[in-house]
Amino acid sequence: MKILLKIIRYQIHDMSRSMWLIIYTLFFLVVGYGLTNFSSDAPKVLVSIMNITLIIIPLVSIIFGTIYHYNNKDYIILMLSQPIKRKTLFFGIYLGLIIPLISSFLIGTLIPIIFSRIVLGDYFDVLFYLFGSGIFQTAVFVAIAFMIASYNENRMLGLGLSIFVWLCFAVLYDGMLLIIIQYFNDYPLEKILIGFSIFNPIDLARILIILKLDVAALMGYTGAVFQKFFNTDLGIIVSVISLIIWTGIPLVIGNKKFSKKDF
Amino acid sequence: MITLNELTKKFGALEALKNISLEIKKGTITYLVGPNASGKTTLIKSILGLVKPTTGFITIDNERLNGNHSYRSKIGYMPQIASFPENLTVVEILKMMKNLREDLTSYDEELIGHFKLEKEYNKRLKNLSGGTKQKVNAVIAFLFNPEILILDEPTAGLDPVSSSILKDKILKENNNGKTMVFTSHILSELEELAQDVIFLLEGETRFRGTITDLIRSTGQQNLERAIASIMKGS
Repeated sequence: MKILLKIIRYQIHDMSRSMWLIIYTLFFLVVGYGLTNFSSDAPKVLVSIMNITLIIIPLVSIIFGTIYHYNNKDYIILMLSQPIKRKTLFFGIYLGLIIPLISSFLIGTLIPIIFSRIVLGDYFDVLFYLFGSGIFQTAVFVAIAFMIASYNENRMLGLGLSIFVWLCFAVLYDGMLLIIIQYFNDYPLEKILIGFSIFNPIDLARILIILKLDVAALMGYTGAVFQKFFNTDLGIIVSVISLIIWTGIPLVIGNKKFSKKDF
Repeated sequence: MITLNELTKKFGALEALKNISLEIKKGTITYLVGPNASGKTTLIKSILGLVKPTTGFITIDNERLNGNHSYRSKIGYMPQIASFPENLTVVEILKMMKNLREDLTSYDEELIGHFKLEKEYNKRLKNLSGGTKQKVNAVIAFLFNPEILILDEPTAGLDPVSSSILKDKILKENNNGKTMVFTSHILSELEELAQDVIFLLEGETRFRGTITDLIRSTGQQNLERAIASIMKGS
């Protein structure tokens, strides 16, 4: 445990000087500043921030996580030649990577929102979901990245797979859902759609935030069914559990491979 | 003492190590020699637990390696390629290594002075030259006074001055009773330091003994020709 904390500490130290992390923070600052200045309509601003974060966070997390793993292979080997458990190193690197990424996102989004005219108190629950989803997106997609990198020695293949996974969750999955809805127009699909949305961490986060805003009314009957499910305690518990599973499963699989593989 | 018992390692169809059994005695300088891809690094990595053997096992001081990690506190390792978190400075990486090994309080920092690393202390690792990184690597390998030192081509990236500093250090630590396992392609270094030579070829041990034995057994006049004749004779 002590060693884990030390690994995390030095990793955060290293990351905090990384140019990419600074660019990542600046990106959120600029986007947040721009959006809060464009409109004084708080829900619109928040939906726009959400849309951008739900595309960018998974993309950056999965690519950064994969590249980090490959670039630091020799460092990992050096650490593993010390009396350190592989498991400790795996989780140390993981946490040491997501903590700076999450802080970057929180700092970058929170500052423009605080300085804008949005009354924080009115949208407390939306902001809570926005930040919560950003944190989970980072955790989920870095975990997937680590799983992919542990399984693939070939970095080009690993990176390609990562981009493909992101593409699936961010674009292809929604496309597939639309086709299904189109085809089975005549059937009541609402409940099935709730099931489907749980299988995509990005969709899940999006639905949770939108339901907290008035724009949910635009979703029609589906929106109403979603509202009925996700706004209950059960719905929220199910969502949080499924996001935890989304983080946990890739981590467990990745760690298992990392502990067994040859370096 | 390090013992390898019928160690075999397969990477898919490729057999990197074929049924290797050998003993490395305490307090000797053992050189692993062999052409590229002969299994030297795989053997070293097996001892470090970085590569898991397909069959067979390794014992260190009669303790069998089976995925435990504590035995590595006895080993100092200097890999061929050095890599550290790139935004840390030299002094931070040394501090980090010391921090990770809380069980120890005294460190062997002799090499830092000899290599004059203090003036590089506040440079970030990504800005260091390959040779300087290799020096940091060497310092880390010797830092905890390990009983066993495993060095993978230690002098490869070093200039002659630094390389002789490292060799002096190696001899000194050997006199203190430390076990050393090396790989190297530099034959002059072999003649200077090796007490025991293990010649690997395509994952098998072709020769094991002292340099004089090696030269005598092949009937050649010098080490270079002796090694060349083993490589050809396969």
